[in-house]
Amino acid sequence: MSEKHTDAAIDITDVVCPITFVKVKVALEDLADGQTLAVHLNDGEPIQNVPRSLKDEGHKVLSVDQNGDGTYDLVVEKGGLA
Amino acid sequence: MSSLTNEQLERYSRHIILQQVGGRGQEKILGSKVLVIGTGGLGAPAAMYLAAAGVGTIGLVDFDVVDLSNLQRQIIHQTADVGKPKVDSGRETIEAMNPDVDVHTYNELVTSANIRDIIRDQDYDFIIDGTDNFPAKFLINDACVFEKKPFVHAGIIRFQGQLMTYVPGAGPCYRCVFKTMPPKDAVPTCRQAGVLGVMGGIIGTLQATEALKYILGVGELLTGYLLTYDALTMKFRKVKLPRDPHCAICGEHPTITELIDYEQPACDLRKH
Repeated sequence: MSEKHTDAAIDITDVVCPITFVKVKVALEDLADGQTLAVHLNDGEPIQNVPRSLKDEGHKVLSVDQNGDGTYDLVVEKGGLA
Repeated sequence: MSSLTNEQLERYSRHIILQQVGGRGQEKILGSKVLVIGTGGLGAPAAMYLAAAGVGTIGLVDFDVVDLSNLQRQIIHQTADVGKPKVDSGRETIEAMNPDVDVHTYNELVTSANIRDIIRDQDYDFIIDGTDNFPAKFLINDACVFEKKPFVHAGIIRFQGQLMTYVPGAGPCYRCVFKTMPPKDAVPTCRQAGVLGVMGGIIGTLQATEALKYILGVGELLTGYLLTYDALTMKFRKVKLPRDPHCAICGEHPTITELIDYEQPACDLRKH
């Protein structure tokens, strides 16, 4: 998981699309605008779709780090694009 | 924290993905209570889609038993259900579809004596008029005005259907538009005139859509509008309807202060 400080963290490597985004979305609903969420996700469909869906809903992806083991860590700011 | 289980996140994922729904919206749906009066052509598909959507409490009202002639359109009932009370058949279909739904059944004809108690039984949030006769339609309207409950009216006949939504204080009620019972035999029922089976699916599903939008607080309801649909010409028309300040029940000086049991011509209440 990401070592950056975030307000919450979620691991979605155990689910496939679209449950990946569903879980991130529900986790974000528990945060206030401006708070951040760390997301641990798989390569492939999740990394292709989740950041794009987050942007579509007005959230700002602050960083994406490739872990080299087929997983990524991204940090998203709730409502950061609103 | 979200109260949704992993199973619910998956079951309702196509809802939760919607920006206008999300986890919070799905929780609202799960916490909502909808009363479906009549489990026939309109009520069957309405109740089924509400159940699939996860409406947490669904009330089913019907006095009738399943008849073979119902099955051409009342898809909540199966061939093996013929002879069974419609509310029991409806309950079985819903419970098999979605264990999240708590079903309450009222195996009775709605009258002035019981309708307010039925609405109050679970303090329903929204009512679906899925009945097929004018006495019930006026009764449901008047009871909802008195109980300050929103409801969606609908009717289907032959290849035509219509619906409108009443929200207390937000637009006309059914009586603002239709005033009172039509003269006896002036309007045929679908028993006499026939109805294309899919009409209940189209209009009943639109009723369920209104219920879900009301629960979620999204979009624009058919308050102040009658939506009509003609399946032969494929024309939808949305007719603007004003509130009647002189309406006998929701107007400024109401003359109707208690529920009325209008008489239905005896032939209409035969089961076939």
